[in-house]
Amino acid sequence: MALLKYESQVRPPLVAGDKHYHDVTEDILRPVESNPTMLWWVGFIGALALLGFGVFSIYREVVYGVGQWNINRTVGWGWDITNFVWWIGIGHAGTLISAILLLFRQGWRTGVNRAAEAMTIFAVICAGQFPIWHMGRVWMGFFVLPYPNTRGVLWPNFNSALLWDVFAISTYFTVSLLFWYTGLLPDLASIRDRARLKWRKFFYGVCAFGWSGSTKHWQRHEALALVLAGLSTPLVLSVHTIVSFDFATSVIPGWHTTIFPPYFVAGAIFSGFAMVQSLLIISRKVLKLEEYITIEHIDVMNKIIVLTGSIVGCAYLTELFIAWYSQNKFEGWAFMQNRVNLFSPLGWSYYIMMSCNVLSPQIFWFRKMRRSVVVTFFMSVIVNIGMWFERFVIIVTSIYRDYVPSSWTVYYSPSIYEVGFYLGTFGLFFTCYFLFSKFFPVIAVAEIKNILKRSGENYKAKMGEAEAETPEEFAHEMAHAH
Amino acid sequence: MAIKKFAVGCFDDEAVLFSAVKKVRTAGYKIHDVYTPMHIHGLDTAMGLRDTSLHIAGFFYGLSGTIIALGGITWIFTTDWPLNIGGKPHFSLPAWIPITFELTVLLSSIGMVLTFCYLCQMAPFVKKHHFHPRSTDDLFVMVIECTPKTNETEVLSYLQGLGAVETNIQVAETGWWLGSYAKDRKPFEKKETVIA
Repeated sequence: MALLKYESQVRPPLVAGDKHYHDVTEDILRPVESNPTMLWWVGFIGALALLGFGVFSIYREVVYGVGQWNINRTVGWGWDITNFVWWIGIGHAGTLISAILLLFRQGWRTGVNRAAEAMTIFAVICAGQFPIWHMGRVWMGFFVLPYPNTRGVLWPNFNSALLWDVFAISTYFTVSLLFWYTGLLPDLASIRDRARLKWRKFFYGVCAFGWSGSTKHWQRHEALALVLAGLSTPLVLSVHTIVSFDFATSVIPGWHTTIFPPYFVAGAIFSGFAMVQSLLIISRKVLKLEEYITIEHIDVMNKIIVLTGSIVGCAYLTELFIAWYSQNKFEGWAFMQNRVNLFSPLGWSYYIMMSCNVLSPQIFWFRKMRRSVVVTFFMSVIVNIGMWFERFVIIVTSIYRDYVPSSWTVYYSPSIYEVGFYLGTFGLFFTCYFLFSKFFPVIAVAEIKNILKRSGENYKAKMGEAEAETPEEFAHEMAHAH
Repeated sequence: MAIKKFAVGCFDDEAVLFSAVKKVRTAGYKIHDVYTPMHIHGLDTAMGLRDTSLHIAGFFYGLSGTIIALGGITWIFTTDWPLNIGGKPHFSLPAWIPITFELTVLLSSIGMVLTFCYLCQMAPFVKKHHFHPRSTDDLFVMVIECTPKTNETEVLSYLQGLGAVETNIQVAETGWWLGSYAKDRKPFEKKETVIA
């Protein structure tokens, strides 16, 4: 036998069952090649209904103005920017998985990267909605773009963190989309070549760009993926760093904090992985992909969740310490009165944040909890609730009672259209995800094939036999193979 | 466009394919291409293809992004319309780093993907000659270019002897849709492999 690929027996297999290349294609492309199930239709129509509500809420906001929301002179950023940061955070796991884990040669990324990248793209689309519609006069949105214009050559302010955000998010969206789509090309070609229906052959023929699987193309494809991964790695870190600059460069107590960039990035990875877990636990069950998205994958991602959750916890405590240590009255007020004081009007939100983000993920120190699908799903939802509240705490509790008591707003609660807009982005997200899971393979077929002979359960079993041989026997066998 | 004959051999194991590629090249046949369902590390070297320069192109696209961003913002804020923003200097480089970085990444990525598509001649609605429909599923398809002097039956039986599970002769019109890497090839060098 010739062993081209070898992996230690210590590492658990990443593809379960007795799989060969053709089985991988069959299993993963089955949902794409069969008719949508009843469950799919129910979910899709539900998502469309939510989207409809969102569109109606936006219609109200565009026609009647931002006054349709309950934001006011004091709380100028409320649910809208909270939701923006929340969605952007979720959009971080995908590129982290596909880029950073590619550079670190983590084999387990192949099972989850495609769905995570798709999630990233949809989450960024949802996030982008909030600042755009928050502009009020959305038809003037193009004013943020720098181009020689007729308004007395009025350029945007390149020194402003808000403009950096425009560049960061549009770049992040474009690069993630390119990365995702170039990765999809070989799989789309698989569907094209297997298609029997005429429309499917045509549709996937167009989408696959004429991919043939030539060795030279694969070589370029690999080079492209590596360089894009190298570019995306600092990009992922930069995007949430720049989002945190929106707050950190201001002079609002509670926002004006140098710890924000690393703290935001850790939080983004934390919530992103939680969302990946929520989506994949359902996808693997419904699409019958348990052999490709195994308990091992869930276990590894839970380890990342407990790590990033604890980093975020450290950041919360550091912030609190510095607020006390600085002896700045306003900073102290923002933290001790607006947040830590449970009996202040919004104090409860701080405790939801702390318990969901810092305390509850600690159960993942236990292997049994990490490997439980039910616990993981429950926790992934809890983490995302916690991360939403983190952004709410940062944004709203910092500004609703700041320097001048006469301008305090004792309580801020959203209007129905603010909530509707948020629910609408859920509708948009799930509409996209349902379409994606129907028309595109949710797992990277070609990449699974790449790790199959190294990490497939049946192949690993054979490697165990090879391992029992003495090195001399092994070398002899290798030298005489073929 | 000339019409050419190709001998096609399909393999179902990449380990068999590797030694076959080596032997076919030593025997003096010209491998047109090998079509595989996934990227096989080292196959390009085994076929004697030179490394791609795509990443070098990527560097220059990135560099153009850096220059456009830094040059553009400098011109706008120091020459075209100098604005007093909080009393800060017109040329405030640190504040421009984020946008410069983003534009570098953006142009590099877009440029590389477009170059990739151009080099591989890929675009929507492009149709290419596919030698075997299962080459995107589970077969590794080696295509050998036949010359007028080639004995076809001999090539096919040679391929079968190397472990091909399926062989045939196909006729295809040469052109960009077939691709040719004649310039990409390095001469075959016989190297002694030492194991353990």
